[in-house]
Amino acid sequence: MRTLHTLDYAVLQQCMHCGMCLPTCPTYDTTKKERNSPRGRIALMRAIADGELAITKTFADEMSYCLGCLACQTACPAGVNYAQLFETARSDIERARVNDAAARRFWRRLSLGFLFTRPRVLRTAGRLMRAYQRSGLEAAVRQFGLTRFLPPALAQLEPQAPRIARRFSNQLIARHETPKNAVKHRVALLTGCIQDLVFPDVNRDTVDVLLANGCAVDTPSPQPCCGSLHAHNGEAELARDLARRMIDLVPPDRYDAIVTNAGGCGSHLRHYGHLLEDDERYRERAQAWDRKMRDASEWLIEIGCRPPAAPPFASPITVTYHDSCHLAHGQKITRQPRALLEMIPGTTLVPLTESTWCCGSAGVYAITQPAQADALLHRKVANIADSGARVVATANPGCQLQIARGLREAGESVDVVHPISLLARAYRRENAT
Amino acid sequence: MQSGSVLDALASICGADAVLSSPEDLIAYSFDGTAALKTRPAAVVFPRTTEQVADCVRLAASTSTPIVTRGSGTGLSGGAVPTAGSLVVCLTQMDAIVDVDPRNLTLRAQPGAITQRIDEAAGRHGLFYPPDPGSLRISTIGGNVAENSGGLRGLKYGVTRDYVMGLEVVLADGQVARLGSACVKDVAGYSLKDLFIGSEGTLGIITEVLLKLVPRPSARRTMLALYDSIEDAAETVSAIVAARIIPCTLEFLDRVTAGCVEDYAHVGLPTDCDAVLLMETDGHPAAVADEAARMEEIARTHRARDVRTARDEAEALQLAAARRNAFAALARRRPTTILEDVTVPRSELATMVSFIAATAARFNLQIGTFGHMGDGNLHPTFLTDERNADEMHRVHQALDAIVTRTLELGGTITGEHGVGLAKKPWLRQQMGDASYALMKQVKRALDPHGLLNPGKMFD
Repeated sequence: MRTLHTLDYAVLQQCMHCGMCLPTCPTYDTTKKERNSPRGRIALMRAIADGELAITKTFADEMSYCLGCLACQTACPAGVNYAQLFETARSDIERARVNDAAARRFWRRLSLGFLFTRPRVLRTAGRLMRAYQRSGLEAAVRQFGLTRFLPPALAQLEPQAPRIARRFSNQLIARHETPKNAVKHRVALLTGCIQDLVFPDVNRDTVDVLLANGCAVDTPSPQPCCGSLHAHNGEAELARDLARRMIDLVPPDRYDAIVTNAGGCGSHLRHYGHLLEDDERYRERAQAWDRKMRDASEWLIEIGCRPPAAPPFASPITVTYHDSCHLAHGQKITRQPRALLEMIPGTTLVPLTESTWCCGSAGVYAITQPAQADALLHRKVANIADSGARVVATANPGCQLQIARGLREAGESVDVVHPISLLARAYRRENAT
Repeated sequence: MQSGSVLDALASICGADAVLSSPEDLIAYSFDGTAALKTRPAAVVFPRTTEQVADCVRLAASTSTPIVTRGSGTGLSGGAVPTAGSLVVCLTQMDAIVDVDPRNLTLRAQPGAITQRIDEAAGRHGLFYPPDPGSLRISTIGGNVAENSGGLRGLKYGVTRDYVMGLEVVLADGQVARLGSACVKDVAGYSLKDLFIGSEGTLGIITEVLLKLVPRPSARRTMLALYDSIEDAAETVSAIVAARIIPCTLEFLDRVTAGCVEDYAHVGLPTDCDAVLLMETDGHPAAVADEAARMEEIARTHRARDVRTARDEAEALQLAAARRNAFAALARRRPTTILEDVTVPRSELATMVSFIAATAARFNLQIGTFGHMGDGNLHPTFLTDERNADEMHRVHQALDAIVTRTLELGGTITGEHGVGLAKKPWLRQQMGDASYALMKQVKRALDPHGLLNPGKMFD
């Protein structure tokens, strides 16, 4: 088990505190205080590793305030692996139990330990949530103020809860689907958790686009969470269990690529090799997995995506693109989603100011740090409005939910879609005409 | 600095949220951009006005608390590294660009204003603020003036000093002095503003700057010349200068540096040649086209393997940005990166470059060299490991040898980073006894109790 104490010290030492990260860090930008900056946080981690600082509540708060957006990692000339430092620090904080309130423990165990390790239970919970949202019970609970019995952060979030879809991915996608023409590639699709519950159509669209590009698609079901949520929130052991289950479910040697369409998942999924480096049984398969892992847009560009012959809508649209942090900074994928959008007829891609600046979604950040999340969301919404686009495309369900909420609250009539969905729509209209 | 009473007094001057004293905060303010130097201060305070700065200074004076002034903390000589028990006066909250005056070609800013924002503000009026230190995206103008920062455009445009017309300064006793003026010509009395430019926070605290702007050049061309020998690159630079061409930029990267920068920035720098020159000319389009053609020809006659021109403005900006991060990119290779800043008269460049390579071999060390060749300003950078005592000993020996040779060639120990803590051991050797004593006399006259950034430059 790696901790800040046992981590290879060179990872900490890699930071030579030049400060190039400062202008790209959303929290430093807000407070202008070094503690809220990447190099400040690394200095605290180094102080802990050196035994000069204990793991304090203040340190825990600081690491909770960090979005984990990894913009610093893109900016860093020295190549500091901030993602690894961030996850190690959060894991140390959980083990040190400095945040140990009974209620927090209960909610963490329920969500990370129970719901997000059992896909069937998660779907059942999703169905119950949908029933609650549609039955009128939700309206009644709100009307009678019963949300006050929820923990404060959840009560604040309750009106933002995503609308659960009617049917999930496994009802929309067959386990094996083959293209009409020759099979050129064999791929597996990972359907995600939030993507599956809230945006299963994006998964269907991804399968359609892959089929249209000669891929035979396996979509194993049910799929566990990839462990991204767990690793990001200091539950390293659970993250390792989930990685092993995922590798067993989707053996990498069977496929040319393993495809995800969620930036946040992909950023974690590409590092199973590192996660399981101490696991002799899984190490090699995990490394093979990493080599096969692709973001959907990355894979499509790699295999020479066929430009659709029809526009997605009857009239031309302008679209802009918001970079999911974990796609742009975590996976360095910025060119491919834009290239896909640019190949769609009837679609004009316009630039978005600060497109790689976090929208505030950042996993569960909107729950844990609502004020900072909202400030970032407002900034994002203003930039989107300035772009003049009718549609904003983004390739991560967290961003999609967060930005859609922001636009709705600001009264902006801009749609939020996954780039793959625009592509799928264009292919479909091709067949219709 | 002791006790809560000073903290309370600071809070009453600047507000409770503008004073930091928790261990977590102090750890984050115990360093600047200089490798391997750190000391925790006693407290950090963020004033918002000149009056608050002056009150902080008076409080520090009355309690004999040393003051270390700080901007964004990107300095490379340890100038903003706190001394033990000191009060860090951090000016990042005083970041307003007060006004741009297109009739007088001036810009007035608070010290915490970010360098790049200053040039952007000038650009909105078709004007230009040329000094561009490597950290310009986050460095503050106050820090630039206090360190007299250089950058990539020094050859044609000079350094920060050449653009400072006036300063407002809080003195060691809390008085506020205004130095210089908005006049192009001004010979009233000693040029005291020049004393404060490059004073590294040891004489006073800069609370406002009045900067000179110039018309924004209408055209620019950026080229890369690739060489199989460092000496050929150095001779190209001398030949360009001798041909009476003054390009705005003549930057040099050796093989190690180009490799690290390419790893980081992916801008298409070649990694298989011994030297790369990044050359840029700007000005009137016709002059730019003529100079670019002549520079290319000179490069080719000096055995450049290839000369490439940046496709467009975007690629040119990318190349310059990548070069600005050369120093930090070198940190990819080894755990500790120690940066030098030696500068020699341009005619001695080839000699110096060869000497650095020979010194690396002699002490069995890895050195990546890059720098502003057009200015004679080199940044040999030791790629080492501070945990390896034997290697660090050899680093210090090699450093001594490089500094000694630099001085023999009529050079300086620091071209643009400042003395701070990092170059302090060699200052007397360069200046000689009389001028060294004169400098200390100036310091004693302005800061008799030694409260302003003590231990920097000299003890």
